[in-house]
Amino acid sequence: MMRRFLLISVPYFWLLILFLVPFVIVLKISLSDTALSIPPYTPTFDWSDMGAFFRALDFENFLFLTEDDLYWKAYLSSLKIAVISTFFTLLIGYPIAYGMARAPEEWRPTLMMLVILPFWTSFLIRVYAWMGILSSEGFLNQFLLWTGIISEPLTILNTNTAVYIGIVYTYLPFMILPIYSALDRMDGSLIEAAEDLGCSRLLAFWLVTVPLSRNGIIAGSFLVFIPALGEFVIPSLLGGSGTLMIGKVLWEEFFSNRDWPVASAVAVVLLLILVIPIVLFQRNQQKQAEAEQ
Amino acid sequence: MQTVTFAPWNDPNEKPLIRFQNVTKKFGDFTAIGDLSLDIYEKEFFALLGPSGCGKTTMMRMLAGFENPTQGRIELSGQDIVPVPPNKRAVNMMFQSYALFPHLSIWDNIAFGLRRSDMPKNDIVDRVEEMLKLTRLEKFARRKPHQISGGQRQRVALARSLAKAPKLLLLDEPLGALDKKLRQDTQFELMDIQEKTGTTFVIVTHDQEEAMTVASRIAVMDEGRLIQVATPDRIYETPNCVYVADFIGDVNIIEGRATSVGPERYRIDWSDSLPPLTATSATPFSDGQGCHLAIRPEKVSISTERPAEADNAVEGKVLDIAYLGNLSTYHVELPGGTIVKAQTANTRRISRRNISWEDSVWLSWTATAGVLLAE
Repeated sequence: MMRRFLLISVPYFWLLILFLVPFVIVLKISLSDTALSIPPYTPTFDWSDMGAFFRALDFENFLFLTEDDLYWKAYLSSLKIAVISTFFTLLIGYPIAYGMARAPEEWRPTLMMLVILPFWTSFLIRVYAWMGILSSEGFLNQFLLWTGIISEPLTILNTNTAVYIGIVYTYLPFMILPIYSALDRMDGSLIEAAEDLGCSRLLAFWLVTVPLSRNGIIAGSFLVFIPALGEFVIPSLLGGSGTLMIGKVLWEEFFSNRDWPVASAVAVVLLLILVIPIVLFQRNQQKQAEAEQ
Repeated sequence: MQTVTFAPWNDPNEKPLIRFQNVTKKFGDFTAIGDLSLDIYEKEFFALLGPSGCGKTTMMRMLAGFENPTQGRIELSGQDIVPVPPNKRAVNMMFQSYALFPHLSIWDNIAFGLRRSDMPKNDIVDRVEEMLKLTRLEKFARRKPHQISGGQRQRVALARSLAKAPKLLLLDEPLGALDKKLRQDTQFELMDIQEKTGTTFVIVTHDQEEAMTVASRIAVMDEGRLIQVATPDRIYETPNCVYVADFIGDVNIIEGRATSVGPERYRIDWSDSLPPLTATSATPFSDGQGCHLAIRPEKVSISTERPAEADNAVEGKVLDIAYLGNLSTYHVELPGGTIVKAQTANTRRISRRNISWEDSVWLSWTATAGVLLAE
């Protein structure tokens, strides 16, 4: 009994130190007021007068978030960008995963390697590389001009399109891997059985392959959607002034405005929004584990 | 009284349901099926029997439409089905892995094929209920495949493949995943269902006992060729070569040279020191031709005394006794070192058995007991 308790307490202790404590600190800052001091908020924690400390905390910053429409617009815009990029990631990732699962056995480790390979380079460098590709003098425009498809360079960099390209590119492996693992486990004779019972190839895919890879699709979509929602690097490097994302707003509040309390309030709300898909994701994983027993 | 025996293959006017015409199937350089012709008739329970890699599964997959022959023609009711895709064939298959859809209930699994046809909804419900009843699965209709036992899954697979009332049902090692006892029960159930529905069954198996039990005719295959196609009793009693004799059941093969000693009667010289054997054969052998005498262990009698009247009698020493409960198989070593197996039914209790290890015994059999084979 004691041993089991010790064993369980290790991950919980880990979560407490690395997740709950930082969260409580952020929560506390979000309830404070800005101040021209170091750190730039008040009150600071004071053991001697706890009553005064707690009295100084209020929800002013959260109220402020509802007053300025920048914030909820940024949340909605982030949500929209995350949903659309998740959709495109699925659209591109599914055929890739399908192709991998259908590839000859001896090719699969190589294909898997190719999917993971980009992770060997820094994420930041890869996003910078996209700037080189998408800019008006970039490779893409030069190539399109050379082929004669366009006569004027396209403006892609610093638009939402560039953000979509960046997110889809960055998170594609997170979509491919769970779908691949679901498809790889599937018994190939199921498709033959469906065809034998009167399905065309396409209908067999829709009625058998898609439902059986459903858990992979859900897992992949959450793995893309959750980080995309709070994404900061991609919109700030590839997006333009018109790209409104909450991650960017958060960064600006912290580092440009130095308004830590409002920034913390933005972070707390973002976390609360993210809790919903995370809980749904966990549920899906749990259901999958139960089905496999 | 004359009984009507089911033997459409002997009737020259009967049209076969399936006809393989000079079918060849190659995978790259490998020839899986080599120039094979075969007729299968309506209402038959036809078994394709052979070791793994003999081409039996390829034959079945060509019937289902998952493989196309490299050369030749496959007819179903007189129509060439080679260009017809699997989903348009009046052929259904029961897969070795059962291939039940894990995301659908038993009911929906059985209804799956019916829903792909233009059958009205009410008829689908009736048909599924009928199939559930036929396979005694009514209680499990709402469950998912992973919530039922292996034997039940096997019945779901059967019900699903029978639901569309195909002209031809293909069964790929249908009982391979079941344990022995359940397998035997299921064999009889399969025969029962085949008879009730009147569907033509083609079963692929490597289990000769299974093929013998269920099939009306058996095709013994090896390396993409048909070795012998006949009823189970013909396959067992009159195999046409040593391969078939050896593949089906237990057999003693004695190699020698034949000399004609009368009408359809031959003397077989097989040992320098032991007297020749006598055997009958309808197939003619020329004098001095090499031959194999194939004789089943149960047709060899074993006794402690020399039998008075026997066409063939040899003396030997008991080397091993395999006690199988109902039967005992004696491995008897003859003076030249040849080992001959003799099988007797254990009609007496074991304590009263009078033959033991190292005993000197006499083996005897009649001239008609064995089959004389050229190769």
